Amino acid sequence: MTSLERLADTFFNVPVMVQYLPKIVEGFFVTIELALAVVVAGIAAGLLLAVVRAFRVRAVNFCIVLVVDVLRALPPLVIIIAFYFALPTIGIRLSAWVATWLALALVLAAFAEEIFWAGILSVPKGQWEAARSTGLTFLQTLTEVVLPQAVRLTIPPLTNRTIAITKGTALGAVVAVGEILYQAQTAYSFSYNPSPLLLGALAYLILFVPVVYFGRWIETRFAWKR
Amino acid sequence: MELLLHSFFNLGILQQAWPFLLSGFWMTVKLTLVVVPLGLAGGLAVALASTARSRPVRWLLIAYVDFFRAFPPLVLLMFIAFGLPFLKLDLGAFGAVALSFLLNTSSYYGEIFRAGIESIPRGQYEAARSTGLSAVQTLGYVVVPQAVRNVVPDLISNTLEVIKLTSIASVVALPELLFAAREAQSVTYNATPIIAAGIIYLVCLWPLVRLLSRFEHRQIAVH
Repeated sequence: MTSLERLADTFFNVPVMVQYLPKIVEGFFVTIELALAVVVAGIAAGLLLAVVRAFRVRAVNFCIVLVVDVLRALPPLVIIIAFYFALPTIGIRLSAWVATWLALALVLAAFAEEIFWAGILSVPKGQWEAARSTGLTFLQTLTEVVLPQAVRLTIPPLTNRTIAITKGTALGAVVAVGEILYQAQTAYSFSYNPSPLLLGALAYLILFVPVVYFGRWIETRFAWKR
Repeated sequence: MELLLHSFFNLGILQQAWPFLLSGFWMTVKLTLVVVPLGLAGGLAVALASTARSRPVRWLLIAYVDFFRAFPPLVLLMFIAFGLPFLKLDLGAFGAVALSFLLNTSSYYGEIFRAGIESIPRGQYEAARSTGLSAVQTLGYVVVPQAVRNVVPDLISNTLEVIKLTSIASVVALPELLFAAREAQSVTYNATPIIAAGIIYLVCLWPLVRLLSRFEHRQIAVH
């Protein structure tokens, strides 16, 4: 065998790839499912926290800031491992999928809350006062006047953060969630051939290159005027 | 409550695990001190090279940046750690981590530096060049210092992410903080080491988070 053939045999081993392709495809859909669940739950929770914070109740806001800071300071992998390996010792058992989902959704919620809150703060105080004096309630002012303006500002940073965190779904492989990386890694250790890893890498590129381009587009579309 | 104390805040276990955690902590510090400067230097190089006139060079760099931004870092790390040895290139765990971090973080830092360089008005180049500075001097003395100042919050934010990301090195058995905590946990059958590792991360990184939070509020309030 020439060295090129050996290279092809190692990284593009067609029989191995064909054998494990169905597994990788299965993982592909688990990754999409997990990522979507994280994005929906994380952004919804983040928005909710920011709205609660707008009521400016001291004790509540202190708790929100504390939790958000903790979630921003801890590596996501540490949170996943704590949920999956530490919680069972006090009797709380989460499946690997739920542990990964919950950890990533909480991290996204923390970042989203900070971004939404910064957006809410960016709306001038005069708008609050004007809206309240026309007879709108506090909640109406928030949802009809402030949030529509705030959310527009938050779209570029929020998109980038969301993309970064959805890529964290690969961390689920560490606790054996059957997503792309886990399938690829398992196939690699069964076949002792790195072709499945290459296949998994391709699956990630197919999934995330469009997402990265979408993020770039959003950034120019909603560019902040400097 | 007692169960919680016994399982998460067990002082006896902590005492046993402490030497492991400490050596793991130093490995994390060492790793950070290697990968952050490497990533910064790589990112600056990528950003400077993207100011090149030649179109193919610019396209190539955009492709490089987008390629590594689309890859989850853990996937890249596994590919390098498990794939490269088949090419008779065994870098060891530390080398594999350093290489994958260089590829990944240089594209993120590169994007940040690029945004900074683009924020400097064209007129400054022209003014600098017309005073007799060479192209390299213009970049080095005029453009880069201002560009870096404009993106300090983004740089700090990305550095925080990189430090947190060093925890994935545990997956390829590099004995950093998270790896040490998991080892100690599996030996002692107690979750205290993991909680302790979390607290160590928290104590070290909280000041950065606070700092960033202040930057972010100021930044968005200006617009």
